[in-house]
This record gives sequence, structure tokens and C-alpha cells, in this order.
Amino acid sequence: MKTIIKTHAFLNDVRKVFAQKTIIIAVATCFAVVAFSCSKEDEITNASETEIASKKGGPFNAVYLQEDQMGRPAVNTVFVSSDSKDLFNVTVPSEQNGLFQSMFQNNLEALSPAYANPGDTNALGLDAATFTGLLATDVLNVSLDGVTTFFDGTNVLTGRALADDVITVELLLIFGGEDFSENPTLSNDNVDANDKAFLSDFPYLASPW
Amino acid sequence: MKRFRQIFGISLLLGAGLFIIAADHIDAPEVQGGTSDITDFYVFQGKNTDNMVFVANLQGLLSPNATANASFDENVMIEFNIDTNGDNVEDLVIQAIKKDDKMIFVGPVAPSQTGLVSTLEASNFGNDVSKVEITPYGSPAIIGTSRDGMSFFAGPRDDPFFMDFAQYSAIISGNATGFNNPGSDTFAGTNVLSVVVEVPKTMIGGSGTINTWVESKRKQ
Repeated sequence: MKTIIKTHAFLNDVRKVFAQKTIIIAVATCFAVVAFSCSKEDEITNASETEIASKKGGPFNAVYLQEDQMGRPAVNTVFVSSDSKDLFNVTVPSEQNGLFQSMFQNNLEALSPAYANPGDTNALGLDAATFTGLLATDVLNVSLDGVTTFFDGTNVLTGRALADDVITVELLLIFGGEDFSENPTLSNDNVDANDKAFLSDFPYLASPW
Repeated sequence: MKRFRQIFGISLLLGAGLFIIAADHIDAPEVQGGTSDITDFYVFQGKNTDNMVFVANLQGLLSPNATANASFDENVMIEFNIDTNGDNVEDLVIQAIKKDDKMIFVGPVAPSQTGLVSTLEASNFGNDVSKVEITPYGSPAIIGTSRDGMSFFAGPRDDPFFMDFAQYSAIISGNATGFNNPGSDTFAGTNVLSVVVEVPKTMIGGSGTINTWVESKRKQ
């Protein structure tokens, strides 16, 4: 709880500091514009510098503060308790395991109590501590060397393709037991594909309805 | 696991508070339903297998009627983060932000600072910056390309996510004991705002495994 309060206070401080910094940068940018208009550079240079200044006045000199993030599908939704969801979204991935792994494990064992049995694992051979240790760092692992899929029966966590049935995979890993055979009515939502065909070419996603 | 089956009903009730909506759609109070709400994230090998494709979806559950009026927020940066050395800290970022009727793209580039606070990494203003016109609702996809082999898209798309979320909610509320077969896709017929970037693998590490995640960051 202390950590949560501290983090919120920290974020507020960051917001204040950067609000001030933005003003300073804006003032500095104004000086730059004045300097260029007084210089004897040729018109072409002036024009390009004006363009640069206008870009600086736009989004380029601003400071952006994180609001949401996502790695693997449904992780925050499923494993993070309600009062921690916003904090999870503003915790850098390298710190997520330390802050959230025990919460993930508690929530997994509440959801699928068999995981509380010593030695109980899912079909990947991961027990509750190992499985939640993997999930708590919410990044998507992606292979640059071949098949990219969340899980296709052979390859595990090498990316996430549009057609991957990620919810059924996650339900199986949560409820399906050691061989995906347990709790069959909870382990598959029986929606196995998108409602519109994906494209074979960029941008790959189907046109909107 | 078997001897615990009988208490699933109870455990699911206890777990009800854990579930709001998937995959990341409307996942947390601060961002729920807003312009920075990330609904989904995909990374996969492109049709050209020398390339990877990054997809960020925002503002989910748009009905067709609501889609024409949905727009990206000029104050919200979408940032793809790429860790190439396994420490879960970003070594490269690809940034996207709306400016007028275009989406501006920067990167992949090493960020000047990692973490929760970012600036647009266009250090040589004009260099490393690509743009694509945001595809209006109802128009064919407008695709931008860069000389170094990247492709860009921004605009409304069908939500590629699928799940029987309604039945799931019924289960965790104690009103059902399992999924139906066949199930019903709660996200059928709904749209999202998508940002799609295709990038040569050589620009993001070349080979091996990368760790990736997407962030939305608001202008302060």
C-alpha cells in the first residue's frame, strides 16, 4: 500500500516538474525563433528553420506521461485486482514482477484453486509461482526467426498473430490442468475465429463494419 | 486438479471482481473508454518474412454508427516498446502521434529516456519522421511507406479480437456454469482505431527474441 501511495505521489511530482519544464522549453523555442529571424541566413534556410520551429511548437517539444500499456492479452484484466489496475498500467515492465507477482498468484489460485496444490501445473508444466512469474512481467515475447504465435500447439509465446485464439489458450492454461482435459466447459469459449476475414497484405486487419 | 472441481462455482464468484473486459479493452478506471485506452496489441511476422508487424488498437467496441466520429487524440502518443537484450527495458521505440489529418511516425530509435515519461524522439526534426494520412471511415486503407522499407497505417478497422465475453460474464456472475457451444463473439460487428507498422527485422534486432509492449502517453 505504501508503494502505491508513493508511486502516485511520484507521478504527481513528475507531472508538476514536466509542466514547468514544458514552459521552459517553450520559452527557449521562442528565443530560437527570434534568433533565426534576426540572422542573415538565406531565405531557404530561414524557411526550413521556420518549419522546424513550427514543429517544435507542435508535439515535438512536449512531454508525454504514460496512461495505459499492454503486452500479453488480458493480463491486466484477469490477474490484476481492481484497485491496482491503474497502477499496473503505469509500472514499467522491469518492475512489474517484484510488485505484482504475489497478487497474480493469489488471484490465479482464487480463480483456479487446483493451482494451490503442491506440484500442480498447467499443460506447459508451469506451477502457480512459475506461471504467474512469467505473466507478471507483461511483455509480449516475439521471435524474429520464424513462426509468430501466442500458442499453436507447437510454438509457445513467439508473438501474437491476428488469428490466434488467445482467450481459449489462456482459459486452457488457467483451467485446463496438466493436459488441457480438465474443466472442459470453462476451458474454451467456443469462439475460435474473428467475425471478418483478415487480409493477406498490409494492413492485415479487416476493413471496419 | 480434479478434487477442486466442485468448488469452482464458489471460486468463480470470488474471482468475479477480477474480470472487467478482455483483452485489454476498458481494463482500468483511469483510461476506460477514453482516447488513450489500448484495447489490444499484436506482433507478428509480415507477409514479407523479413519484416515484423506491430498493431496497436485503441477505443474499442465502436459501433459502425460511432466509428465515423471516432478519432485519434492529438495529445496521445502511441509508443511501441522493443527490448532487444532481455532486461524488459526498452532499447528501441516506434512512436505514433496524430497531427491534423495525418499520423506521424518516429523510429525505431533508441529513446533518450526509458520509462513512463517520453518525448517525441525526432532529434533531427524532419529525419526519421514518416507520415501517413489517417484513413477516413469508409475509405480504402491508405498506406504510407518509407525509403527504409517500413509501412504505416492509421484508421478504423474491424476489431480483430474475438471472445464470448457475455457468457464469460454470466459464468463469473454465477448465472452460468460453463461456456456455450457454439459461443457468441461479443466483439462481432464492432470496430477499433488501429495503428499498424511494418518494419524490417534488421531495424529491431535482426534475430533472436525481443520483448515488446505498447504504451499510450498523454501530452502534459
